Amino acid sequence: MIPEIGHYALILAFVLSVIQGVVPLLGNATGADRVMAVARSAIRAQWLMMAVAFGVLTYAFIANDFSVRYVAANSNTALPLIYRISAVWGAHEGSLLLWAFILTSWALAVSHFSRRIPDRVVARVLSIMGLVGAGFMSFMLFTSNPFARQFPVPAEGRSLNPLLQDPGLAIHPPMLYMGYVGFSVAFAFAIAAMAGGKLDAAWARWARPWTNIAWVFLTFGIALGSWWAYYELGWGGWWFWDPVENASLMPWLVGTALIHSLAVTEKRGAFKAWTLLLAVFAFSLSLLGTFLVRSGVLTSVHAFASDPGRGMFILFFLIAVVGSSLTLFAWRAPKLRSTGRFELTSRETGLLINNVILVVMCVTVLLGTLFPLITEALAMGKYSVGPPFFNAVMVPLSVPLFIVMGFGLLLRWKRDTAQRLMKQSALVLIASLLIAVILPLVWAPSFEPLMALGLLMASWVALTALMWVLRQGKSPFKQPLANWGAMIAHVGMAMTITGITLVSVFNSEKDIRLEPGQSYELAGYEFRFDGVDTVQGPNYVAQRGSIFALLDGREVAEMHPEKRNYGPGQMPMTEAGIDAGLFRDLFVALGEDLGDGAWSLRVYHKPFLRWIWLGAILMGVGGLMAALDKRYRKLAARDALQLNAQVQQA
Amino acid sequence: MMKYFLPLGGFILLCALLFFGLGNDPKKVPSPFIGKPAPAFELPRLYADGETLSPADMQGKVWLLNVWASWCVSCRAEHAVITKLIGDTGIDIVGLNYKDTDDEAKRWLTQFGNPYYAIAVDAEGRTGIDWGVYGVPETFVIDKKGTIRLKHIGPVTVDDLKTELIPLIETLRGESA
Repeated sequence: MIPEIGHYALILAFVLSVIQGVVPLLGNATGADRVMAVARSAIRAQWLMMAVAFGVLTYAFIANDFSVRYVAANSNTALPLIYRISAVWGAHEGSLLLWAFILTSWALAVSHFSRRIPDRVVARVLSIMGLVGAGFMSFMLFTSNPFARQFPVPAEGRSLNPLLQDPGLAIHPPMLYMGYVGFSVAFAFAIAAMAGGKLDAAWARWARPWTNIAWVFLTFGIALGSWWAYYELGWGGWWFWDPVENASLMPWLVGTALIHSLAVTEKRGAFKAWTLLLAVFAFSLSLLGTFLVRSGVLTSVHAFASDPGRGMFILFFLIAVVGSSLTLFAWRAPKLRSTGRFELTSRETGLLINNVILVVMCVTVLLGTLFPLITEALAMGKYSVGPPFFNAVMVPLSVPLFIVMGFGLLLRWKRDTAQRLMKQSALVLIASLLIAVILPLVWAPSFEPLMALGLLMASWVALTALMWVLRQGKSPFKQPLANWGAMIAHVGMAMTITGITLVSVFNSEKDIRLEPGQSYELAGYEFRFDGVDTVQGPNYVAQRGSIFALLDGREVAEMHPEKRNYGPGQMPMTEAGIDAGLFRDLFVALGEDLGDGAWSLRVYHKPFLRWIWLGAILMGVGGLMAALDKRYRKLAARDALQLNAQVQQA
Repeated sequence: MMKYFLPLGGFILLCALLFFGLGNDPKKVPSPFIGKPAPAFELPRLYADGETLSPADMQGKVWLLNVWASWCVSCRAEHAVITKLIGDTGIDIVGLNYKDTDDEAKRWLTQFGNPYYAIAVDAEGRTGIDWGVYGVPETFVIDKKGTIRLKHIGPVTVDDLKTELIPLIETLRGESA
């Protein structure tokens, strides 16, 4: 009975989302305030229904209700409680439910925190989000119902993919979805502005904090995924250019361009058409990511069970959403006049250059990801491009990106001079060059040009950000939160650059055969192997190795890599032994039993690896601070007053 | 004026491509090689300097050709399944090490284990072309007469073993040579 309540709630939520999508638009057309007000009530009721549906599915997992097909296919009684809960979004149907639930949650948040925004705008925004939600809910109800029952009821459910039994992965998809779906807010504001035909800077101001928060979630989500791949897959890498990883990177690149472009539109009234386009693209790429993961068009290690029928549905949905948005854009954009004029040497130019580079990067990733499809369509056979392609294109693109990233902050809006810019940046440039040359000479085992380049970029990005805050003419502590946010996010990027550079240049790894008691030296560390034991986990049996790392004869780390066997029909999993540190990671993966107690092992020394993710955390914190700046609330109130005054005059 | 239609145009192209992709299930590309004799090759063997391997050496038994490479991410995921398949059926699987270097391939096998009956080195990828290899990994099932009976594109999963490979291997083993 309980699963039917969930199913029923989902149907009601679907009906409510259609009401939310259609009725406020009618109100908008006729100017009837009371009709538009339906939007706010509809979203509250819809959120409640989605919460019930999501709660019911979670309950079915907790209570091991195997009469629900989705539960039986993705959980079993031996699964620990936390993974039974995270199994709710572990596969296709449930992750869609989470997607739709998060969408309604964003819409509820917009309706709640937008009391100062004119009702007509909110009604339009909520109606667009309602239509997107209706699309996703009908997708679920017609092709992927998570509440479908099966009879006879199996006594035991199937095991969850052991790869997914991990705390990092339990929160990775929700984070990522918060980011993907969060871009729907900027999208809805952009469409609402285009549909309303009143394209001043106000929509950008309203959309900015929401876009920042979505970007923060996406940043955290990608970093979590990268961290998970590093420690769980046992391959020692942190990014694989896998189609699904690329699917999350593309909206991030465009989202990064969008948060900067929104700033220009809001503050200077320039880039109007460009910003609208980016807002449409950021969300479209999130939808495209969903399509690529679920349609089975591309093969990937992450791919959900593929189904061409579902793929067709998402493709039509994509065409409806993105096609109509871009048609609206083509119709409205020619009428846009950017009011903010700027000269060649100005912050606007800097931001424009970086916007273009970010979009080119995104297109590169898109082409690389779809390359097998393209060559096949041109009847050239199916070829894939791998990491060499992506690295060869992305690294050279990132150098000008980082150079302009530093100059952009130091430049003034509207008009600046090359002389002033040189004066501003000379000190930072000299300091960065010194760091890039001296640090490798002092610390690194050998002078690597790539390391010098990476450190130059990192220190340039970090120091320009610090310099910018110091030269604001105000004590840093009296400056708005947004300045702090920008500074911290830029420093975070610098940390990530440092991490990527150093781990790429100085990573050392070795495959070795060790007998118990034997040791091997790598990058100054002595790895001693103390043999392998068999241990029993909650739902697996593992062979667990013991490795001690010694530095100058002193024991500094103890690592226990495992090979886990989850029972018949399941692939065995390797669990790496990792000793994490701020300046280096030691990583040991257990290979094969070579007999007589000897094992093959793979040992890694990865300098500064953590900086990649610490930098991402700083970027996220910076983005959050920028979103929480008081300025948006003050200005939103001012805009609302102006707009209401206009309405009363008219 | 026209420039504002560019994004829409690009998107339409993209959709056409995706629509085409949907029609082509990447895992079920019909191969013109099915039912034909396995293309011949004479390739050096990994771990056995100077020795070569050819399909003729496998004549008279059911065997698999698994195309893999150390640079291929999905091969790592597939590796455990291949190992399981050998454990369950005792089938002989020849690994075709595709466009790889011997050092990298050996490192990979040291880390994950070497389940293969033998490994043929196709460094240039020429044999891959003869066999119509689209990407890595791919797996071919060859019967006792040396005819290709199945081509599986992409990583073999545990489900594929149950529904496709193991039943086929059992049928083929029942056929006469």
